[in-house]
Amino acid sequence: MSSIVAVTQPRVVSSEWTKFATLRSTLWSLGVGMLLTLGFPILFASVTAARWGHLSPQERAGRHPLEIALAGVNVAQLAIAVLGVLVITGEYSTGMIRSTMLAVPKRLPVLWAKLGVYAAVAFLLTLPAVIVSFYASQAILNRHHLLQVSITAPGVLRTLVGGALYVMGVGIFALALGAIVRNTAGGIALFAGIFFVIPPLMNIFPTSWNNAISRWLPSEAGRQLFALTKDPNRYAQWPSGAIFLGYCVLATAIAALLLRRRDV
Amino acid sequence: MIEASGLTKDYGAKRAVDDISFVVKPGMVTGFLGPNGSGKSTTMRLILGLDAPTAGDVLVNGKHYRDHSAPLHEVGALLEARSVHTGRSARNHLLALAKTHGISRARVDEMIDLVGLHEVARQRAGKFSLGMGQRLGIAAALLGDPATIILDEPVNGLDPEGVHWIRTLLRRLASEGRTVFVSSHLMSEMSLTADHLIVIGRGRLIADTPIDEFVSRASGAHVRVRSPQASQLRTVLLRDGVSITSPEADVIEIDGMKASVVGELAAENNIVLHELTPLQASLEEAFMELTRGDVEFKSVAA
Repeated sequence: MSSIVAVTQPRVVSSEWTKFATLRSTLWSLGVGMLLTLGFPILFASVTAARWGHLSPQERAGRHPLEIALAGVNVAQLAIAVLGVLVITGEYSTGMIRSTMLAVPKRLPVLWAKLGVYAAVAFLLTLPAVIVSFYASQAILNRHHLLQVSITAPGVLRTLVGGALYVMGVGIFALALGAIVRNTAGGIALFAGIFFVIPPLMNIFPTSWNNAISRWLPSEAGRQLFALTKDPNRYAQWPSGAIFLGYCVLATAIAALLLRRRDV
Repeated sequence: MIEASGLTKDYGAKRAVDDISFVVKPGMVTGFLGPNGSGKSTTMRLILGLDAPTAGDVLVNGKHYRDHSAPLHEVGALLEARSVHTGRSARNHLLALAKTHGISRARVDEMIDLVGLHEVARQRAGKFSLGMGQRLGIAAALLGDPATIILDEPVNGLDPEGVHWIRTLLRRLASEGRTVFVSSHLMSEMSLTADHLIVIGRGRLIADTPIDEFVSRASGAHVRVRSPQASQLRTVLLRDGVSITSPEADVIEIDGMKASVVGELAAENNIVLHELTPLQASLEEAFMELTRGDVEFKSVAA
């Protein structure tokens, strides 16, 4: 008989990491997410470089090297969100959650471990991906001597890191939604509703209302983390980031409360 | 050791478990018996802290399941419902569970060999047959070398060889001094493995008794006699509260009289007996007898 060792938070993290790394669906989603993060900027840079001669001065002025470098983030967030929901709802749909809760009957360490592992993976994959995107798109544009910017230029690194932080936040938020809803389709629908349906709906309000409300929406606040320029109708990068973080904390708190209370 | 007191669970308006109290002792196999839907699985979920009781309390190895610092070393459980991610291999499933308790890879491989899944350990659990799934669940239950083992319908989906294997395993675990609590809706299965029975019907406790007592209690006095003077004996024995049937020419079966009384009456009347056998109802009959009220009531209510 092996010596008796108690369940600890680091052990639960190790367990969750094993679970995360041993599912093919996980690796597929992450692969697609990273491919999009890298692929879009390369595509965007190539098209911009090739078509530069045909662009109007206005269009040229509208192209920004950071916008090109971060073009993949908007698409990658969907892959990260879907996987975030699946990390927890996959356990409910298969029944794995029962095995999990038998091993860790205090339950909350499982939620913290899942969030920790997934947030770390999302950030540590996205950050190199956006930095590689930056250099790759710059290299493509450089061949045509276009839109060159240094990573040390003011705000550049901050924006790239902001993009990775945003993707990490999306992962946390989606995972928490999944834990609340406990159903894959429901979790993804809820995320899509909050991030892709509600923001355009704000256009039915008068502009002043729209601006007053929109700056508080999780998607809009989150986007300011990697906005190129300060939008006068939104809060600045870090205050917006704080609002976004607030939503992540709120969703996590609700998920934790429900996990404690509900029958598995 | 499992100690339940006044355990009650409501799901909405439906009472699944109704004020049941029992103790499951170590060193023997305790069968947990009841018709489908009688509350066996719910009771097990309450023991394991998956569901919170509406009222009452249940302790396992002296604590609430949730309060054990290393639960897999205390209690190993196989639930009736599937509890494995279909996309993960059997080995990785066990490995993930093992890591929560710092259990070694060697122990994981040992369990895989024990349940006979060595060949398929790297295949996705989603491809497993019901029987293979049960074996994986048992490997998970035994992973922490627990003192208490709770198995919900473990023979479901197993082939005859697997059923035999489970019986032997349960007997061995009990002989090692562990608490073994096994549910089934099949009486015949319990008769081969259990030392003690807890019977429930419609969420209520019906019986909590050693298995032989269970049978004699439900069967009552029932005697078979073979005699060349069967018809003469019949007239001697016939009285109020006694019913006699004759399945063969020189055989009679007597209900409501002990074998000793039958023998004495035969001797007094100089009747030759070739056979005098006290009959036991089969466990199946005893079970049907005990749960009849509950089953009938259920179908009336439905």
